[in-house]
Amino acid sequence: MTNYIYPKFSYLRSKEQADGIVKRHPIVVIGAGPIGLTAALDFAARGQPVVVLDDNDTVSIGSRAVCYAKRPLEIWDRLDCAAPMVDRGVSWKVGKVFFRDQLSYQFDLLPEANHQWPAMINLQQYHLEEILVAKCRANPLIDLRWKHRLISLKQPGDHATLAVETPDGIFTMEAQWVIACDGANSDTRKMVGAEFTGQLFQDRFLIADVAMKADFPTERWFWFDPPFHPGQSVLLHRQADNIWRIDFQLGWGADADAEKQPERVIPRILAMLGDAAQFALEWVSIYQFACRRIDNFRQGRVLFAGDAAHQVSPFGARGANTGVQDIDNLAWKLAMVLRGEAPEALLDSYHEERAYAADDNILNSTRATDFITPKTKVSRYFRDAVLELAQQHAFARPLVNSGRLSVPTPYATSALNTPDEDLATGEMRPGTNAADAPTVAGKPSWFLRCLGDGFTVVTFGNAIDKTEIAIGPLAARIVRVGRDIEDPSGLLAARYGASPGTTYLFRPDQYVAARWSGFDEAKIIEAMLRATAQDSAQHPAGQKELAA
Amino acid sequence: MMLNLAPNIADPDDFYAELINSQRNLDEEQALRMNARLILLLANHIGDRKVLTEAIACARAAGG
Repeated sequence: MTNYIYPKFSYLRSKEQADGIVKRHPIVVIGAGPIGLTAALDFAARGQPVVVLDDNDTVSIGSRAVCYAKRPLEIWDRLDCAAPMVDRGVSWKVGKVFFRDQLSYQFDLLPEANHQWPAMINLQQYHLEEILVAKCRANPLIDLRWKHRLISLKQPGDHATLAVETPDGIFTMEAQWVIACDGANSDTRKMVGAEFTGQLFQDRFLIADVAMKADFPTERWFWFDPPFHPGQSVLLHRQADNIWRIDFQLGWGADADAEKQPERVIPRILAMLGDAAQFALEWVSIYQFACRRIDNFRQGRVLFAGDAAHQVSPFGARGANTGVQDIDNLAWKLAMVLRGEAPEALLDSYHEERAYAADDNILNSTRATDFITPKTKVSRYFRDAVLELAQQHAFARPLVNSGRLSVPTPYATSALNTPDEDLATGEMRPGTNAADAPTVAGKPSWFLRCLGDGFTVVTFGNAIDKTEIAIGPLAARIVRVGRDIEDPSGLLAARYGASPGTTYLFRPDQYVAARWSGFDEAKIIEAMLRATAQDSAQHPAGQKELAA
Repeated sequence: MMLNLAPNIADPDDFYAELINSQRNLDEEQALRMNARLILLLANHIGDRKVLTEAIACARAAGG
């Protein structure tokens, strides 16, 4: 009894196909899932026209991705669509882990108060995509093309040539840059011949999304070896509209086709919820997963993002959440390259930073998988020992791993960072995403909103009058705490380890590029050049400015 | 700190007897499960990551 009615987006024959003219576009995005749609919005927000091709004409079938973490919500807020997602979804932060019929461990994802966005929301992927599609359609820079399937891609020199099939036949288009967001089975990846390697896991899992009225709290509940599903794990999550996600581990030998049948699924759910439970199946799927990534996120003129670039296990909600952060990293860089404000080398830092993050996600997701699905008898004894001891003793609780939930990976080693030069204090090291805090700019607001989407210098306790630092086409807005924003709670200064003089340079994706104990314009310029892959010695404008 | 490989238990025969006796009425699976719990308890007590790494490597090498 699914109540969700899938929207149907109408196919339109493009003018270029009708006219038979080969047109070159600055950016073509392949795939209108959460990552492709976010890419379109981020490029458009940076003034770039973008064409999105999708071989379908509706949203995700089934709820698929469910959990969206705080950092993607911050990115979507920059793109003005986080609020409807949070309104539509359910917010949560508490997770409980049970072993057999006992609580082993409980965690709180956001123990600190005073953040604008929740630690995590649960929302069906189709609802999320509808919000993103509506936002894209309202943007004149975004051209969403449904029923457009990429069938070949070539890269002759300084552009890509795409053969695209529509209900009106095949036509050719060109793109300066292609953003491949076409998922784990990416055809684009096959077309460029990239390697996609890693580890395949044998366990099969059953997802059942069920519609029911239930009084479970809005928490993530994870069972190891519960009485109602012995020997395996089970996950329960609430979504919007009284839809609940239940995920059953089935083991190695499970027959995917048989297990999908309602007569097999319903008894499993009754065993869990009790024979009197009233529910209806909305969507059922069997999955198996791999942890793997593409050899290079940049393949010439084609940049890969989301599952097309990396695949992880679902434990930890690291799939869609990581993909959105790929786009956050890529959009400002490509927009600057297209505007001629930064060299193409800046795009190589996209691979450097996001492959580093993907490897971190794969590591975390593989570790969680090894805990959830022990591969040998003795590793299972260790796993069970952790869960038993965790019921009694605090020391074992940090070892319980039912999925380490998605948090941003700091780009600790990125070449775009300017290393700390003096004894800087606090956790906000170069390469870290900016922590939010309540601030006041005329009226109460949030720090990340005041950072915006360009380079920003934030300085504490310096009596400077300037409002901007520019070098050639690069410019950073100066935000002076005490002049442009107020920090009445002191939380901003506390979260940034600030004392009088402390100055931060933030990148357009709200990551820390550099920090100092004082305000020094030449150093800020040098850091801005470094963060855009430009050598200040070779930058004529930089040289002049630095010499002055 | 380094892994201490010199004798460090005051009453070795008594300790060894206590360890073996503690598993006397357990079957093999129960004993292996107890060993897992014991390793985790001791590892947490030691805490020092470098010492734990040395101990793991040393135990693995001794078994061939």
